[in-house]
Amino acid sequence: MLPLSLKMLGRDWRAGELRVLALALVVAVASVTSVGFFADRVRQALAREAHQLLGADLVLRADHGWPDEVREEIVRRGLARAETLNFVSMVRGSAQAQLASIKAVSRGYPLRGTLRVAQRMNAPDAATREVPRRGTVWIDERMALALGVTGRLDNNAVIELGNVTFTVDAILTMEPDRGVSFFNIAPRLMMNLADVPATGLVQTGSRVVYQLLASGEREEVDAFEKWLSPRLARGERLRSLANARPEIRASLERAQKFIGLTAMLAVVLAAVAVSLATRRYTQRHLDAYAVMRCLGATQTSLFSLFAGEFLGLGVLACAVGCAAGYVAQLVIASLVANLVVVPLPPPSLLPAVQGLVIGIVLLLGFALPPLLQLKGVPALRVIRRELGPPAETALMAYAAGALTIGALLVWQADEVRLGMIVMGGFSLALAVFSLAAFGALRFLGRAVRGRATLHGSIAWRYGLASLARRTRTNVVQILALSLGLTAILLLTFTRGDLLATWQARIPENAPNRFIVNIQPEQRAPLMKFFSDNTVAEPQVYPMVRGRYMAKNGVPVDVDQFEARARRMVEREFNLSYMETMPGHNRIVEGRPFERTELESGGLSVEEGIAKTLGWNVGDRLTWEVAGQSITAPVTSVRKLEWDSMQVNFFVIATPGLLAGAPTSFITSFYLPHSLAPLSNRLSQRFPNMTVVDLSAIMRQLQDVTNQVIRAVQFVFLFAVGAGLLVLYSALLSTQDERVQEAAVMRALGATRTQVLNAQRSEFIALGLIAGGLAACGATGIGYAIAAFVFQFPFHLNHWVWLAGPALGLACLLINAFAAARSLLRQPPIMALREL
Amino acid sequence: MAAINANPILKAAGLSKNVPSGAQTLTILQDIELAVMPGEALAVLGASGSGKSTLLGLLAGLDAPSLGSVWLDGHELFKLDEDGRAVLRAKLLGFVFQSFQLLPALNAQENVMLPLELAGSRNAAALATAMLERVGLGARLHHYPKHLSGGEQQRVALARAFVMQPKLLLADEPTGNLDAATGAGIIELMFQLNAEHGTTLVLVTHDEMLARRCTRQIRLAGGRIMAG
Repeated sequence: MLPLSLKMLGRDWRAGELRVLALALVVAVASVTSVGFFADRVRQALAREAHQLLGADLVLRADHGWPDEVREEIVRRGLARAETLNFVSMVRGSAQAQLASIKAVSRGYPLRGTLRVAQRMNAPDAATREVPRRGTVWIDERMALALGVTGRLDNNAVIELGNVTFTVDAILTMEPDRGVSFFNIAPRLMMNLADVPATGLVQTGSRVVYQLLASGEREEVDAFEKWLSPRLARGERLRSLANARPEIRASLERAQKFIGLTAMLAVVLAAVAVSLATRRYTQRHLDAYAVMRCLGATQTSLFSLFAGEFLGLGVLACAVGCAAGYVAQLVIASLVANLVVVPLPPPSLLPAVQGLVIGIVLLLGFALPPLLQLKGVPALRVIRRELGPPAETALMAYAAGALTIGALLVWQADEVRLGMIVMGGFSLALAVFSLAAFGALRFLGRAVRGRATLHGSIAWRYGLASLARRTRTNVVQILALSLGLTAILLLTFTRGDLLATWQARIPENAPNRFIVNIQPEQRAPLMKFFSDNTVAEPQVYPMVRGRYMAKNGVPVDVDQFEARARRMVEREFNLSYMETMPGHNRIVEGRPFERTELESGGLSVEEGIAKTLGWNVGDRLTWEVAGQSITAPVTSVRKLEWDSMQVNFFVIATPGLLAGAPTSFITSFYLPHSLAPLSNRLSQRFPNMTVVDLSAIMRQLQDVTNQVIRAVQFVFLFAVGAGLLVLYSALLSTQDERVQEAAVMRALGATRTQVLNAQRSEFIALGLIAGGLAACGATGIGYAIAAFVFQFPFHLNHWVWLAGPALGLACLLINAFAAARSLLRQPPIMALREL
Repeated sequence: MAAINANPILKAAGLSKNVPSGAQTLTILQDIELAVMPGEALAVLGASGSGKSTLLGLLAGLDAPSLGSVWLDGHELFKLDEDGRAVLRAKLLGFVFQSFQLLPALNAQENVMLPLELAGSRNAAALATAMLERVGLGARLHHYPKHLSGGEQQRVALARAFVMQPKLLLADEPTGNLDAATGAGIIELMFQLNAEHGTTLVLVTHDEMLARRCTRQIRLAGGRIMAG
């Protein structure tokens, strides 16, 4: 039976009967495997380099220096030890200043994996067991580009860091524990740990991560971990292979899930195309089936013949789809190249297997029901053509398909709840769009029918009336097109709108520079620097680091909080103190500090964090500041405008509570573009301060976002391709009818123009309805995002209302053009005879 | 019955149709000479494959000949372009097909209205209704073809053909898809309408009995007219 099946496959393929079906499968499989292959490469990179990602077997991480007891314990247990210090600071080159992510390392780093360096940019790199010598630094390529250190490295390539001048000794090309990250914002500078004190960069209030690295025999490492775990204080954490870089893993997994679900949109649309194409195929094979039945073939043997043909087609199409997916993942990888720092290994075969499964499942779920229908074709059809298969068990067929899609979505989402939410979203969108499409078609049909005897071109009225006559296929066409267009509009207009609206909310001269790490004695000289350079003196706020210890006398239990809140509690807070609140703070509960509080002590807290951590006015919060415990009641809750770019604090205390604690200062100010070099002079004059260029960070963030969006957009192309296939197959499903109509109309004396206009008017209306729906969809989703996610008023973009219908029109006119050729290609007598 | 001095409403001269078949050329019609006078009823007889339906298609301008000319009411058909022929068809011709050729998406009334609307008629609905009542389908105006029997479908097709008051009706095996009794009814109706409207009729059939009801018969064999 199989050879005959394959022979039939060859014949049907030549006759062009199976092309849409095959293409739909290819698109679906390519869409899923492209994401699958890419995700697989990242997963392998993470797994393979888990050791290197840590740079050790065990990493001890804290926001304060580790006690000597722990350092000694590592050595005492015969483990290797290394140390790193990570912080952010300004680096000054000959012309440029650049914010850098600095890692100071001790001899022996890294304990696992190796560093690789090159002697200049773009030169071949080599592994090294060394760390930067004292007085020298290694910088990565991004830093080299930013500072203009692009030539040969000799002693002339120098940079300033804090109070010290360093020579650039090498370009750092690979650092094992840098890893895969979607947010490596600042470029890297690596220096010798012993050089840190001289720079004067690590002072009171500096945010520094202290890491101790340990490695050795497995049992020893485990034993040390067991010894240390119960001794960990607040702000101290252990990282081992089991919990390596969970935040990276989580963010990567989220991104992959999102892109994966985007890919599923293509699968959903392809499913519709598969179903439509198979339906047409069976319709056209009813006669052949009946004849074969007459010739003595049994129902079962005929079914296996057709099933074999489809299965053969499925396997071939899946193979082509996998190949296309492999090529597409190369594109995805190149689109996000800057985000993934480690080299990615080649993908495994698993995603190809997944693609094959999806392709076959699509075939079984959506092609099988129409094929099963063939079994019901009576042999008598050879004599009486009007005898068709029994009325299809539509409900069963569609239920099977819906279940298939649901299962695929849950599988792709990797969790039942998310899968259900996405499926619910799809179903809701489909239901709303179908209802709207159905209503519009009915309305148009009725409006035209009521005027059948009035003036107007019969061709146009006939075309518009056809809308309502072919409601089912037309709703399918509108659905396919409007879903694809919604995606496109969202990613073009709505995304741009949201960004523009947000940016417009930032005042023209909002602060664009932050200065942190200002020491008390530097306040006066800093103000003088500002006035000397004719820049308005900004407000400077004190900053004290403190740890949240208890509420109303009950010690904080970190385990009671969910992940985000827990991280907030584990870290040290930046507290400030002042008598009156800054102007951009609005008190929403309680009252400003009054004389009594200024004497007895009080706290004002930010609305959001108060909600997260369960703080209310009247609660007494206890803090540990520089080893001292302080307790004061919450007297007010403030609402902040984070968009204002002003310095903001979660917790503000009355001055009496904190004035004695070690304090650094922070400020923000607006530096016009024309005065940009002042930033550099400021860093030179006060080397310990960190000047953060917010606009540069915003740009980098936007770059990162844009890269991810480009990848998503690319994957959306599959969905658009699948949408066009649905359009085409829906068109094919009504083509026989259209050809007959055209022939009859022409026999009855209709001109070519009349025939074409009838069809065009139908397509134009379809395109406009689909485009209008897409514009509604994109605007609705944009509104929801603005209102519920970003919480700002959403401004309608009027262009969407033009672009949606215009795109819809364009798609359908291309379709109409293709269809018109087949309508008018042959003399009408041929069409009349064929039917 | 033919008026001897009148001009023929339909005339074919040297009409031939060849189609390529593999490496060879297949001759379907060869050198057909034919004139049909106004009011005449002409039966075209012949076995399957004798070229009857091809001749009908050429006479209506639905297909193009390999050689020869057709004049319809004095207009030389193949000197006109496809649209010119369509306009002429709308003005002069009515059609009845073996397989009815009703549009499945239109109900009975709309099917009959279609040629009227194509010609720009202002009271298409009323005319169509009247015509459907004439063929006995006044109660089935809003039924779609799939809900009508074969005989009813062919009556709708007759209504569609006669509603335009055509000068010439071309009928291609109009009873071919119907049982004998229904077919007889349809033929009866067709000849009645023909008489009422004074229409010229060209009827393609292989039914000798039916052909005998026409004023003249020609017989096709191997693509040629054997007897007139």
